[in-house]
Order: sequence, then C-alpha cells, then structure tokens
Amino acid sequence: MSAASAAPEPGLGALTLAVPRGALFSETLDRLDALGMATAEVRDNPRRLLFSGPDLGAGVERIVTMRPSDVPTYVEHGAADLGVTGKDVLLEAPSREVYELLDLGYGGCQMVVAARTGDDAMEESLRRLGVARIATKYPGIATRHFAATGRQAEIVEVKGSVELAPLTGLVDAIVDLTATGRTLVENGLEVREEIVGSTARLIANPVAHKLKAPAIDALVTSLRGLGR
Amino acid sequence: MIHPLPPGTRDVLPTEMRELRTLSDRLRVSFEGAGFGEVWTPLVEYEETLRRGDDRAARAGVYRMFDDRGRVLVLRSDMTVSIARLVATRYGGVQPPVRLSYLAHSYRAVERGRGQAREFLQGGLELIGPAGAGGDAEVVSLVLAALEEAGLRRHRIGVGDGSLVRGLLAELEVPEDRRGTLLEHLSRRDLVALEVDAEELGLSPGARDLLVAIPTLRGGPEVLDRAEGPVARSAEGLKALYELLAASGAAERTIFDLGLVRELGYYTGAVFEVYDPAVGFALGGGGRYDELLGRFGTPLPACGIALDIQRVHAAQAAEERLG
Repeated sequence: MSAASAAPEPGLGALTLAVPRGALFSETLDRLDALGMATAEVRDNPRRLLFSGPDLGAGVERIVTMRPSDVPTYVEHGAADLGVTGKDVLLEAPSREVYELLDLGYGGCQMVVAARTGDDAMEESLRRLGVARIATKYPGIATRHFAATGRQAEIVEVKGSVELAPLTGLVDAIVDLTATGRTLVENGLEVREEIVGSTARLIANPVAHKLKAPAIDALVTSLRGLGR
Repeated sequence: MIHPLPPGTRDVLPTEMRELRTLSDRLRVSFEGAGFGEVWTPLVEYEETLRRGDDRAARAGVYRMFDDRGRVLVLRSDMTVSIARLVATRYGGVQPPVRLSYLAHSYRAVERGRGQAREFLQGGLELIGPAGAGGDAEVVSLVLAALEEAGLRRHRIGVGDGSLVRGLLAELEVPEDRRGTLLEHLSRRDLVALEVDAEELGLSPGARDLLVAIPTLRGGPEVLDRAEGPVARSAEGLKALYELLAASGAAERTIFDLGLVRELGYYTGAVFEVYDPAVGFALGGGGRYDELLGRFGTPLPACGIALDIQRVHAAQAAEERLG
C-alpha cells in the first residue's frame, strides 16, 4: 500500500452525532452530560444547528441538531455517524438503512388509535361504509396497523395538531403518539387501541459503524453503562 | 418543456460523463491488466434464467416485458447471474480458471424518493475456478488496487462470511419459523430487536451473547479471535484469507465483519463490501458463490465483486475536495 494510506486519516474516528430537538432534546443532552460531554452550548443556543469542536468529549467532534424525523435521513446518508431518535420515527420510515444500536429507554410513549370519547364513528363507518377515515402524522404506521388488523382505512395525512381532525368530522379516529394522554383528554378524545410502544434509540450509519468501530463501540458501552 | 424521466434514471452531461469515462477506463485497464478480460452480455435475459440463478435476483428486476412469443424478459438486475450463464454456455470445454470483467448497467427496484438509482453502472470482475481463500484474496487485492489506481486513498473493504449467520442459526437450533425474522434483524443490525429475539428464544447465556455480539464483531484480525463456538469455523476461513491479504499488502484496508450479510442469496463463503469514509453507502460488494454455476450445469467455485461506478465517482470527488 502507498505511504498515503499509512498516514493518520483526518475524520476517521471522531464522530458526528445527530441530536433531536423537541421532546427528546433535554434528556438526550442529560445523557451526553453524564458521559462527560460539554453540551451547555447546545442547550443554550436554541437557534444554532451545528456545534463542533475537539472538546465536545466522548469521541464526538460535532453535534448537529434537527427535528427527530430528520435524524434517520442524516444518518442514512452518512451526514451524521450516529443519531438519537424515537422508535416511532424509525417505524414510520422502515426502509431507511440505519443500524439500531441501543434502546436508550427514555422518551417513552405509545402509538395509539384514539377517537372521540363515547362515540362509535369508526365502528359505524367500518360497518356501514366498509372503510374508516383516519387522520395521522404517521401514515406508514397507521396503514400497516389497519392492514394488519384486517380493516380498510382511508388515511388522511395531516401535519399539525391531529386531535382537531375527529372533532371537526374530518375523520372517524386518529393514529398518534401519546405520552401522558393529556392532550387527548383535553380535546375529548380517548385511547381505543395501543399499536406499539416507543422509546429513544441510538442509530448508526452502516458505513460509519464499520469505519469508526472503536469510537462507536466506546460510546455505546458508556451509554449502556448509564442504564435506562 | 419538462419531459419526465422514469423514476431512478437520469441523464449524464459532458463534464460528469468525461469523469465517469476516465474512472471506468482506469478500472478497465486495472482489470484487463490482471488478466480479467472484458465481456458483454445482453441487457435482457429470460426471467427464467435469472430465477435459475437466484430467485431474489429475478425478483429484484424492475423492468419486465414480453417478447413476440409471450416469454417474460427482464432487464438484468445483476451481472453475476448473467456471467454464470455465459460461463456455463460459452466456456464448457475451457480449463479453469476463467477471469472475466465487465462494465455494464443493471436495473434494480429500489424504494422511491431516496435519491437512489434504479439504473446503475457497475464495474466488476468474476474469478471462476479457484476455490477458497486463494480466489477470495485475488479478487479483494485486485479491487483495492484498482480503486487506488483510480485515485481513492481512504477506501476499505469489509469482509465477512455469507454462510456464518445461517450456520449459526442452525447450530443454535433456532426453530425454522423464527429464522426469517432473526436473519432480518441480523442483516439490518437491529440490535435492539435482536436482544429481544434472543431473550424470547430462551437460548443459553453463551449462545445469546454470541448471537447479539455477531453484528458488532468488526475490525482488524483480532475480531476473528473473538469468534467462538459455532462461528469458529467461519473465523478460521477468514484467518486463512487474512494471511493471504497480509502477504499482498491488502490487509490494512481490510475490516473483518462477522455480521456482514449480503442481500442476494447465492453467496456461500466470503462476502465483501467496499467503503469510503466520504460516502455513507457501500461503494460495491460481492463474494464467493460456489453453487451458482452448478445451477447452470457447470459446477465450478467462483468469486466476484462489483463496484457502483457512480458511487465510486462520488467518493473520488469527495476525496479530492478533502485534499
């Protein structure tokens, strides 16, 4: 092999980590703090997206922040070596080629079917119209759930507050993520079916998982050491 | 006017074309120089031919049509099956080894909206005749040298054993109906699901630890020493390959990866995947397929590898940018 290949290679080892803003943000940073990483800057700058420096610690030289649903995209393409995101996001995009390394345990929530309290619009639609109308931000999960339970559903994808959809008669029920169920209750909705539970997961890019194995393994081991 | 292209296809304009030509010419020169003569096979094959080679290769085909007699034709999804057919048909009386290379398009179904091609240009080589580590080492060394010749400096090759995982599941007496899911979790390296699987199967602690560890056993030759019990035989085979790669100077670019599982089912021994730190996807891959030629009536061991030219080009461009 040439001399060039024997020289130390820049960037081979130090990690780029994708951190989700939103519900998982502060607990993710708590874990990184516990590993001895310097995350104060990330915490204190809600508008900045990219933080880099050799002093971040734990083998990480760059933290990039983004919405949780973007994390698998950045990781799949190798723009980040590792990322933290919810299992719900991974289930919604199952074709993403990322490795799921660790269940981080926090950010627990449930993907549920919910409908107006005491109202049987969904059952009635299924019985009389043969199909239920379901609003969701998770069309993949919703489609698979209704197919798996042998019911026909027309999935209506919405971007904002999905709780509004059954209240206005847009749909019969919703598929959404709930942690405490409070938003549902406040809008007169109740959980009808639990689809799947979700927690925060550590994911890796397949190529980085091989080329940066020592750094990734060290980080996984210390995260595992923190327990859930 | 906007005239749409079929999904997964694209045009190439002169600047890119010039660079792609330069790259593929360099690879071609390397392959020819090592005695791998270039061949050309028809873009369309009978679906039956692809299915004879590998059911998944046939299913991966994305464009199908009928000919004037109602037979099903597929735009090939993979060159290796076509080469196996070619060797069985044209090299019947020839004394192996047969060394062949190609630079050709294949067509494979991929998920939409992922920016991935359905039409892709592959440069590859197939070594027919030599069995075991000797043949594997020749293919690995040549592809590494060809990439270096083409200007890559930081590329690596992942090497695993395509028969390891199936052998392990049989050895651990995992029930048939659980193997599909388990293979899926192993090949996707869903370690969280794998831990749950291992728990549910009620394996002995040793077996459970091994199953969960396999997808993380990757690195230098030292990982081969950590492969114990049912996977020790695979590790022995890979050690023999390591010795040969060390002798040819290719060992420092080699990452042993016991969890490496390739998509196609015809691999029987060593499997490869090519990486570059500048690109988040594998640049190519291949492996040993000792049973494929037998399916076409010429039972000969064989080993090959194919590079995705456009991904290699992307790696080349990224390496140049980094300096």
